[in-house]
Amino acid sequence: MEKVKLFATWSSPFVKRIVWALKLKNIEYEIIYEDLANKSPELLKYNPIHKKVPVLVHNEIPICESLVILEYIDETWKDACPLLPKDPLDKANERFWAKFGDELVLPSFFGYIMKQGKDQEEAKEATLTHLKRIEQLLSEKEFLSGESFGFLDLAFGWLAENARPLEVVTGLKLLDENSFPNLCTWKDKFLEIPAIKESWPDQETLILKYQEIKESKGK
Amino acid sequence: MGKSCEIKLLGTAPSHFVNRVQFVLNLKSIEYEFIDENLNCKSELLLTSNPVHKKVPVLIHANKPPILESLIIIEYLDEVYHDIHPILPSDPLERAHNRFWANYIDTKYFPLFEELRRTPGIEGKKEVKKQLDEASELLEEVFVKSSNGKAYFGGDDVGYIDVVLGCFLAWIKFVEKLNKFKIFDEVRTPKLLEWTNRIWSHEALKDAICGSEALTNHYAMLQIKKP
Repeated sequence: MEKVKLFATWSSPFVKRIVWALKLKNIEYEIIYEDLANKSPELLKYNPIHKKVPVLVHNEIPICESLVILEYIDETWKDACPLLPKDPLDKANERFWAKFGDELVLPSFFGYIMKQGKDQEEAKEATLTHLKRIEQLLSEKEFLSGESFGFLDLAFGWLAENARPLEVVTGLKLLDENSFPNLCTWKDKFLEIPAIKESWPDQETLILKYQEIKESKGK
Repeated sequence: MGKSCEIKLLGTAPSHFVNRVQFVLNLKSIEYEFIDENLNCKSELLLTSNPVHKKVPVLIHANKPPILESLIIIEYLDEVYHDIHPILPSDPLERAHNRFWANYIDTKYFPLFEELRRTPGIEGKKEVKKQLDEASELLEEVFVKSSNGKAYFGGDDVGYIDVVLGCFLAWIKFVEKLNKFKIFDEVRTPKLLEWTNRIWSHEALKDAICGSEALTNHYAMLQIKKP
């Protein structure tokens, strides 16, 4: 029996993609929620370099960095629900856009949500520019990974998952149907995938949790 | 290397990201056409191939859509030409560790060199050097574990981390000379020091890296453009 543990937090977009991958491939695992203000000795032992979540521990051996973990899961449990395509060029393409998402789209999106004033305006402009490229990717495809969902959809899943809850709580809207019709359609389809739909926290719980954070910060 | 090469690589000689791809192409004995880009006046081909980042390296294989980002290009070449000199190991766990350390080198180790360049004054640079020393000692541990007593991170022959770190050696030597200190030495990083001599003289790398004059010019340009 393989032993799989995942060190996580409920809010990390990088953790969620791992949860989804494990569910899609029907892999049993134990989840350990970390308090990042008070990291467990285990987390520090398994990820001494970055001290971050997610960390996947498989038979006592840790793997860190979410995109590295995703590829590890895909290569180790390769029969159930393959995430990356077989063709090397298609794979390279998905890896490129996943990196683009993590390095540029995600920081600017959350920057827009959390910053103020001029910084917020700049983050908004940057996010809109980046989102236009993703919108373009979906112009001829059902999902980011093609005919069916895969690696790249999981990599951008944070966008599908957080767009509405954050809009409800902060009033800030980035994914509007007029500017990003493809992204909005993709978002709804993504959230309907059973493994995604059934994972915690769901959309309503996210709204409650973000609301709690907003109130505790007195914003 | 004729003009009808299946593989075109857009790049510039002083870029260690470009050198990585050249190293891998050489290791796999793949012929390619090198298109030398002037980064101050980027070609139409570069701008249309990489509209998002407008950077090198860019690999174009048989007129298919271009492949971008050095590590992504290396994995592509490794998958397409998997029979000749594999770069990544086949075991998923070892692959994950290789990818993790390549990411560490690119996102944590190299930026320290950039910070060193941009930090004025000797005291400031000393602080950055301390962080560099810690990071280099960490890489020494990684080398000892990965190589398992053999010559390279990849074992008996050059592997992924050897390519990722090895191509940066020209810059490391340049930085050592400029600042009059050592990044790798016999006391703190003895195994890595031995490794640098080995990789520096590797057949497949030797003609992929440029001389110190080109590096000096590139450094000077960076000092002006990104002080």
